Amino acid sequence: MVGYASTDGSSSLTSGVIDIVGIDRRFSSQEETEIHALHDINLKIKGGEFITLIGPSGCGKSTLLRLIAGLDQPDSGHISLDGDVIKGPSYLRGLVFQDPTLFPWLTVQKNISVGLVARKILKGNEGEVDALISMIGLEGFKNAFPHQLSGGMAQRVALARALINKPRVLLLDEPLGALDAFTRMHMQDEILSIWKSRRTTMIMVTHDVDEAIYLSDRVVVMSPRPGKIQEIIDIPMGRPRPRNHPDFFRLRSRILETLHFAESDYTDLTYNL
Amino acid sequence: MFNLDYLSISKNKDLKNVVPLVFLVAAIILHLALPNKQVFKAKSIYLTLLLLFLAAYTVILILSHRNTKIREVLTGNSPLLALFVFLFSLWDTVTLKLFLLPLPYFPAPDRVLNIFLTDWRTLGISVFHSMRLLILGYLIGASLGFVAGILLGWWKSCRYWVMPFIRIIGPVPAVTWIPIAMVVFPTSFMGSVFIIALAVWFPVTIMTFSGISSVRNSYFEVASTLGANEPFLILRVAIPAAFPSIFIGLWQATSASFISLIVAEMMGVKAGLGWYITWATSWAEYAKVYAVLIIIAIIFSNLIKLLFKLRDKVLIWQKGLIKW
Ligand SMILES: Nc1ncnc2c1ncn2[C@@H]1O[C@H](COP(=O)(O)OP(=O)(O)OP(=O)(O)O)[C@@H](O)[C@H]1O
Ligand SMILES: [Mg+2]
Repeated sequence: MVGYASTDGSSSLTSGVIDIVGIDRRFSSQEETEIHALHDINLKIKGGEFITLIGPSGCGKSTLLRLIAGLDQPDSGHISLDGDVIKGPSYLRGLVFQDPTLFPWLTVQKNISVGLVARKILKGNEGEVDALISMIGLEGFKNAFPHQLSGGMAQRVALARALINKPRVLLLDEPLGALDAFTRMHMQDEILSIWKSRRTTMIMVTHDVDEAIYLSDRVVVMSPRPGKIQEIIDIPMGRPRPRNHPDFFRLRSRILETLHFAESDYTDLTYNL
Repeated sequence: MFNLDYLSISKNKDLKNVVPLVFLVAAIILHLALPNKQVFKAKSIYLTLLLLFLAAYTVILILSHRNTKIREVLTGNSPLLALFVFLFSLWDTVTLKLFLLPLPYFPAPDRVLNIFLTDWRTLGISVFHSMRLLILGYLIGASLGFVAGILLGWWKSCRYWVMPFIRIIGPVPAVTWIPIAMVVFPTSFMGSVFIIALAVWFPVTIMTFSGISSVRNSYFEVASTLGANEPFLILRVAIPAAFPSIFIGLWQATSASFISLIVAEMMGVKAGLGWYITWATSWAEYAKVYAVLIIIAIIFSNLIKLLFKLRDKVLIWQKGLIKW
């Protein structure tokens, strides 16, 4: 693998380091069966690293993200951010869901300001809100309400809202899952440029293998029942990453194989295109 | 073909706007031409009003030829206006002119209109008393209901201890408590405030509670990852998110408060519109009863209109609101 201009990523930061140690999480449902959502998850994430979580539905990706966010507590094990064990939600760990979950009663501008208002530091920082609004290109929609926005616009606002607090870690649970293919690729570039300029640690859940390869430093492949880490695949490509590069294809088939979606005995097939 | 159709429609619109005029003229002719069967000696306000209305409508009709906005408003309302004129004329005819309905229960419109002229002082004082009682009771009930709804919606233990009482006491109509309230409270005014407040409290509590407890959990989750503490979650997330539901409670509360106001005044307080009705009935002055009914209808419908105006201000973010 030669010939990429290494633009980023090689040196890790001291802030935004996530340490996941021996996490177990079970959910007891009303029925007799207990769901073992996560089993013995261990993962060290460097500061400023871009991680994607990929795996079949129900393998515990969202559960893991919620644990890192502090919205849920593990049954055993612990997660720490920069050495401090996570006990609850904090503005240091921003969260974006697939559904933008904007507050419908607030305008775009006020949605983005929420983090500052909640921390009582809005005064003097209004400029940051405006800067984020222009970063996501929604100057004309400052005073619009969420129901007036398209899906892509709403998700941009959700991203800006999470970024206002300058979190050390950004947790993204299928943030682009509901968008069309074009908006999606466009947003991937936006997320990359945010990541480059802010050097935030990114942990992103996705179902899209290409998206995982395009964005992340490492792809964490998970498997269900019980949810665990099956394999961690390094993406040693520099950025930008041409989606039609042979290495891109190689990595894609490697990940698909791990997920059991690619069988090696298809190599004889030819289509004479 | 299409053009012709269009022309006929627009002509129809113009014709439609003339209909109320025709009805007004017909009502006036009917009133003047038919002899009175009932004895009526006071001034005819009815005729004066019809003539004034005729003059005003003619002016508006002329203006509507120039101004498309006036024309549109007029076209939208002219059928209803015509119907109103027709109903008034019908009322006048079957009472004053033909005497088909017995007195004193069914007075002519002119008798009712005359009450406004002769008894405006008592009516005015009654309106003042009723409004004071209503607004005080409504504000107290709505504030307490709002607070109770939030407590119930937010704290499980509060729900556990208080909900059973609300389930038992809530469905009992507030006016049922009048006999007790009038004894327990030092003045009948305070007793009535309590009754109205109780009537308002119940729907506001229930709808605030249900609004708060059905707020999507993800709003709270997002807010808490943005640095929100519990007061912020309650005041800046739960309450605004619950407002559509809270408004429904406030709306239901208006009709509950109107009922309680009138009944409380009929039974306890010696003032106000409800009292005026019982008092007029006891003297068999039904014209006064109708006059008060008209006042009540105007005031109450405008209060509801005001509430909806307020909602439109607060809920500009919501789409697809019910119109009033
Ligand atoms: N609060 C909960 N109560 C009970 N079971 C839960 C809860 N949250 C998650 N689970 C269960 O844990 C398992 C993992 O769920 P999770 O949402 O983490 O999966 P996922 O990998 O995010 O799936 P998807 O790709 O469909 O989003 C599932 O079987 C789910 O039913
Ligand atoms: Mg999920």
